[in-house]
Amino acid sequence: MKRLLALVLLATAWSAHAAEPQTAPLKLWHAYRGGEEAALLQATTLFTEKTGVRVDMLALPYDVYAAKLTNAIPHGAGPDVFIFNHERLRNFQGQNLLAPTTATLVRADYFANTVEALEVDGQVYGYPMSLKSLALYVNTKLVPRPPTTTAELLALLPTLSKPEEGRFGLAYESGDFYFHAPFLFGFDGPLFDATGRASFDTPGMARSLAFVKRLQDEGMMPQEVSGALVKTLFNDGRVAMTISGPWFTGEIAPSVQFRVVALPTVSETGTPMRPFLGVEAAFVSSRTEQAARAHELARFLSLGEASRVRTTVGRQIPADVAAYQLQEVKDDTLISSFREAAKDATPMPNTLEMARVWEPMKLTLRAVLQGGTRPEDAGALADRRYRALHRERPPDASPMPWLGLAGVMVLGGGTAWVLRRPAQSQTFRQRYPDVSRAVAYVAPAAAGLLVLVFIPFVVGLSLSLFHHDAGQYTFVGLANFVDILASRGYSITEPLSFYFTLAVTLLWAVVNVVLHVSIGLGLALVLKDPLLKMRGIYRVLLIIPWAVPNYITALMWKGMFHRQFGAINGLLVALDLEPVSWFTRFSTAFAANVATNTWLGFPFMMVVALGALQSIPPELYEAAEVDGASKWTQFRRITLPLLKPAMLPAVILGSVWTFNMFNIIYLVSGGEPGGATDILVSEAFRWAFQRNEQYGFAAAYSVLIFVVLMGWSVFTRRLMKPEEAS
Amino acid sequence: MKKPSGLKMAVIHMGLSLMCMVTLYPVLWVVKMALSPSDGLSLTANPFPDAVTFDHFRDVLLGSDAQGRWVFGRQVLSSFIVSGATTVVGLTLAVTAAYALSRFKFPGKEGGMQALLVTQMFPATLMLVPIYGILQKLRLLDSLTGLVLVYATTALPFCIWMLKGYFDTLPRELEEAAVMDGASPFQVFIKVVLPLARPALAVTALFSFMTAWNEFVLAATLINDPTRFTLPVALQRYVGEYKVEWGKFAACALIVSAPVMALFFALQKHLVGGLTAGGVKG
Repeated sequence: MKRLLALVLLATAWSAHAAEPQTAPLKLWHAYRGGEEAALLQATTLFTEKTGVRVDMLALPYDVYAAKLTNAIPHGAGPDVFIFNHERLRNFQGQNLLAPTTATLVRADYFANTVEALEVDGQVYGYPMSLKSLALYVNTKLVPRPPTTTAELLALLPTLSKPEEGRFGLAYESGDFYFHAPFLFGFDGPLFDATGRASFDTPGMARSLAFVKRLQDEGMMPQEVSGALVKTLFNDGRVAMTISGPWFTGEIAPSVQFRVVALPTVSETGTPMRPFLGVEAAFVSSRTEQAARAHELARFLSLGEASRVRTTVGRQIPADVAAYQLQEVKDDTLISSFREAAKDATPMPNTLEMARVWEPMKLTLRAVLQGGTRPEDAGALADRRYRALHRERPPDASPMPWLGLAGVMVLGGGTAWVLRRPAQSQTFRQRYPDVSRAVAYVAPAAAGLLVLVFIPFVVGLSLSLFHHDAGQYTFVGLANFVDILASRGYSITEPLSFYFTLAVTLLWAVVNVVLHVSIGLGLALVLKDPLLKMRGIYRVLLIIPWAVPNYITALMWKGMFHRQFGAINGLLVALDLEPVSWFTRFSTAFAANVATNTWLGFPFMMVVALGALQSIPPELYEAAEVDGASKWTQFRRITLPLLKPAMLPAVILGSVWTFNMFNIIYLVSGGEPGGATDILVSEAFRWAFQRNEQYGFAAAYSVLIFVVLMGWSVFTRRLMKPEEAS
Repeated sequence: MKKPSGLKMAVIHMGLSLMCMVTLYPVLWVVKMALSPSDGLSLTANPFPDAVTFDHFRDVLLGSDAQGRWVFGRQVLSSFIVSGATTVVGLTLAVTAAYALSRFKFPGKEGGMQALLVTQMFPATLMLVPIYGILQKLRLLDSLTGLVLVYATTALPFCIWMLKGYFDTLPRELEEAAVMDGASPFQVFIKVVLPLARPALAVTALFSFMTAWNEFVLAATLINDPTRFTLPVALQRYVGEYKVEWGKFAACALIVSAPVMALFFALQKHLVGGLTAGGVKG
């Protein structure tokens, strides 16, 4: 059977080859780095040697990879084959990005659970390449005998931990549900009930959370753990054990002796801690113009010589059964121990229900670890979050009444405008003598803005009347707005309700703008003094926050606010003050966001103020000096009024930007605690990209943002008016 | 002006130095990560590296991609082309539009200013899908021209607002005098208004340049050729699905930031020179 298939494949490839001698190369997209990328290149080179078909590889940043695929493939600008994990499979399949591989894939070639992971509605999509699942990394110098049960683990950890010295027995990304799942399954907590719905309020959930909380509270495990922290602690020998996946191997310093073993068995239940199994697969695009070849490439990458290269060079755990018969794979203890550890793994369901679990679980996990919620109450909390985030598709609405209404409004508005216009005593030409010149000056900018700013803007606005589900838009009228404004799923004063988020957003904007302007203006006033020595140096140094991309400095600030290792708490301790858990309370998390954004934002205001101060003639001050006016009077009577025309637009723009300042919220507090510090735009982002791509709902949020800011702009127009008149 | 007392100067310098330290501290962390051989976070409050290596910089600057091509130079080049072109296109469009909005009366002027502000209110992330479709219709996908046009137009509202605000502060007498001397309206604009607006032009040019220089989502989504990626896309490549190569990420971030800092340093002379003051006097 296998041979036959291969023959068929070869024959189709060959015939295609014969039909068009000048073949276009196959496009292969991936987000691999380092060894994995090198292995993929070797594998594609082997493919080209074998078939004569060239392969063009494109390596992408993982952060934008999925968005790029979903944009490019429907427009026919995508790859022929791409590599992705199976987690987004349902999503891609719903948007018709994938070609089924049921006919060409031989199930027996792969581990059964990896093919199952790629199945949707009886069809298989993609060729499984490698497994990703968690295992226990043990520093063999500190732990000669790895624990096999949680009882052994608990006996071992206190001897390895000295929290006051920053030493811990275990460290893993405890705030991430992917890492908590093995504990949940080990304590016999099912994640889905018999009907397939997510169930959180179970004894297993409570017990698993209580276990992890105990590890943290008794100082056996650090708090607020990130991947970077795990790496540093493990490499410093300050952490004896960690839970991570195959990717962590390349992160370990050569000086550290380590072993990989399966996660321990939970002593109370006798169940092994089962991690999720992730499958990375080569997917064939539904829009490929060389289907036979694309399938051939994808299949080639998943098997045979390619899996040998991926295993030995890329250090992947192959899904290919035959690979484990190779001598070099047999000899490789790391690969076989990961394979051993993955035996008990639960294939991560590719269902939409699974996608809905992440966010409520993350919120709950963090609420428990930060001490805001008791483990027993956590299930109920997660369940409530889940129900609030899970939106059924609203009933379809007919667009006709809306179109009619819009038509009537346009007509009515037009008529009213024509009728209300006072009779003009002058002709158009007389009123606007230089209109033709104005048009010539404005037209190029207006044309560009129309095509690339206003049209996307209107499209974005109109999305708010639709419900988006896996590539399908259905018209639902105002249902999205009703849900948001009625605060469905939350009481009004609770974090994540629209009104709470709105209040936080307004507070955020006001506090930031006030700080930006006052610090920026203050510095500008000091720095404009021509007698000040070294002012050039100061200026350059103070501008630096503006020059460094904010997505990297925001990460630095996040690190500085870390509970145990952050510089700010280090400073507090040095001053004999209590260290602060910055992200467990609203006030401190909000303050952390504000500090970061103020740091980022004041240089802009400083530069604008400096520019504006230059336009004030010094004679005015000289005259005031002669009249005996004090510095303060000079500032109030000369500086402020003359600064206003140049500063006001900057302040208005600054307020709008701050209102939509997504990066800082997302990277620094991430909405913690429990979404309380989220602002409207970060909520819109979550709905669009983290909650099953509910673009319509996200657009509705954006429209509301827009309405709020419109109100603000009407207000600022009043502020501008006197200046226009003068 | 009186010469301020020594004590006051000392206080001012102390304050400014403190402010600079606060400003520099997080940046020093980036420098430390870029120079430390350990490629991880350091767990002390000390922002100075314990050991120094230039390996990360070498890898970023001279490293080749998996196919053995040295793409960094090409990416630097395309970054400069995209950002430079964005600055030129954006500034040209903005300066003319802002001048018209400041000096001429025409229907829809007020509404136009508000409409510009309105576009800044819609979260940019949701604009990606429509922009992709429009560029495909215009056959500008996978081209630097398309990228430049998108950056220039998205930066326009800001540039127009800034410049209009500045033009409003310029006294009209100078232009009227030039007209008296027989200059054509276009000559007035080029020879009188633009030189006076140099500080504002500098700020807006810097801003347009930075918009294009630091952006990576659009660049990575619209461009399909690794040699034409801009530097922030290369920077984001160090952030993987499971792990971040911190050392190289930091080194690359510093390299990406350097031209913007240099540009600011160069432009700040224009910000500093007292321009309009002399103009009004004469």
